[in-house]
Amino acid sequence: MEKHKAEFSIAATEDITDAVCPLTFVRAKAALEELEAGDVLALRMNDGEPVQNVPRSVKEEGHKILKLTDNADGTYTLFVRKTGE
Amino acid sequence: MEADYAALKKGGFMRQVQKNRFSLRLKVVGGNLTAEQIETVARVSRAFGKGYVHLTSRQGVEIPFIRLEDVNAVQEALRAGGVDTGVCGPRVRTVTACQGASVCPSGCIETSELAAEISARYYGRTLPHKFKFGVTGCQNNCLKAEENDVGVKGAYIVRWCKEDCSLCGVCLKACREGALSAADGEIVIDTARCNNCGRCVKSCPTDAWRGESAYLLSFGGMFGNKIARGRSVLPAFRDKDTLFRVTDAALNFFDAHANDGERFRVAVERGGWDSFEHAVQEAYNGKA
Ligand code: SF4
Ligand code: SF4
Ligand code: SF4
Repeated sequence: MEKHKAEFSIAATEDITDAVCPLTFVRAKAALEELEAGDVLALRMNDGEPVQNVPRSVKEEGHKILKLTDNADGTYTLFVRKTGE
Repeated sequence: MEADYAALKKGGFMRQVQKNRFSLRLKVVGGNLTAEQIETVARVSRAFGKGYVHLTSRQGVEIPFIRLEDVNAVQEALRAGGVDTGVCGPRVRTVTACQGASVCPSGCIETSELAAEISARYYGRTLPHKFKFGVTGCQNNCLKAEENDVGVKGAYIVRWCKEDCSLCGVCLKACREGALSAADGEIVIDTARCNNCGRCVKSCPTDAWRGESAYLLSFGGMFGNKIARGRSVLPAFRDKDTLFRVTDAALNFFDAHANDGERFRVAVERGGWDSFEHAVQEAYNGKA
């Protein structure tokens, strides 16, 4: 499941493992706002509530989720392609 | 003037501590009131009450401090402004609902229309004791389905479509029941664990999960003097005709088997869950 590395290049990374709901999503949203449409954000988040809910919130904002990978350290990375307004 | 308290109570006038003062219960369906109705209520509370309303625990609205001699005038003013009075006593009460799928992103079923349909069919029907319906749009259960005599909960019956799946992995974590796993390029669902919450459908970025709206019913909840959680006796099912066949059967069972003044739950327990489940199952299978 690691072939994504060849499929897209990452424009920015954001680590939200130090945030709790609802700041997890606020921080993700802010990070996406910094980017241009089409850019990919790598969003690192904790297992549990963040990984259960943040991907869905990002989807509901209209962005394109590419992949969720398990970092095997209690965190996950969500790759998101920003869509235009 | 001799007051007929039973008739007043039936019409939603609740006797207060203060002599000849009544808190008037209004009819609210699914927790929604139009702006016009709210204006009417505001006017009536100023003219005949004390200029405030009380919101009950079940989405009801009461206008306190109505005087006995104003009862008819109040009813007329309300009716003219599109507001009905409520009911109390041993009958089907306010049908409550959350906003459901028409408004809430988590919703699996439409709730407002359904509450209106349930209300149109049963509201005010006399039974051996009070009887409450509540409709909640999904497993988040904001409306607390299981504390009602009959609770309706929105659900999704879900199906995975391989051709649309990018194997992104999001649904595996979105599912809180641990019902999903990935194996050999497939997403596998353990249906025994699936609670029909629909979180896989809502979170999937490629819409590879398809969800069909369905109802999960619970029976025999109560949350007053005695507390009991409504029980589920049927799987999630899709169609509204079945829903009403089953609820008809539940109310008829209550009517036929309860002693006067006995709550639905107590009647079912006295008669035995087996015989109740049998009645519901027959209705579910289309035999009632
Ligand atoms: S129960 Fe579900 S549909 Fe209803 S308000 Fe809560 S989250 Fe929304
Ligand atoms: S409906 Fe809910 S419980 Fe069932 S598989 Fe989807 S996320 Fe899991
Ligand atoms: S969320 Fe959708 S695309 Fe991603 S693995 Fe699950 S079914 Fe496949």
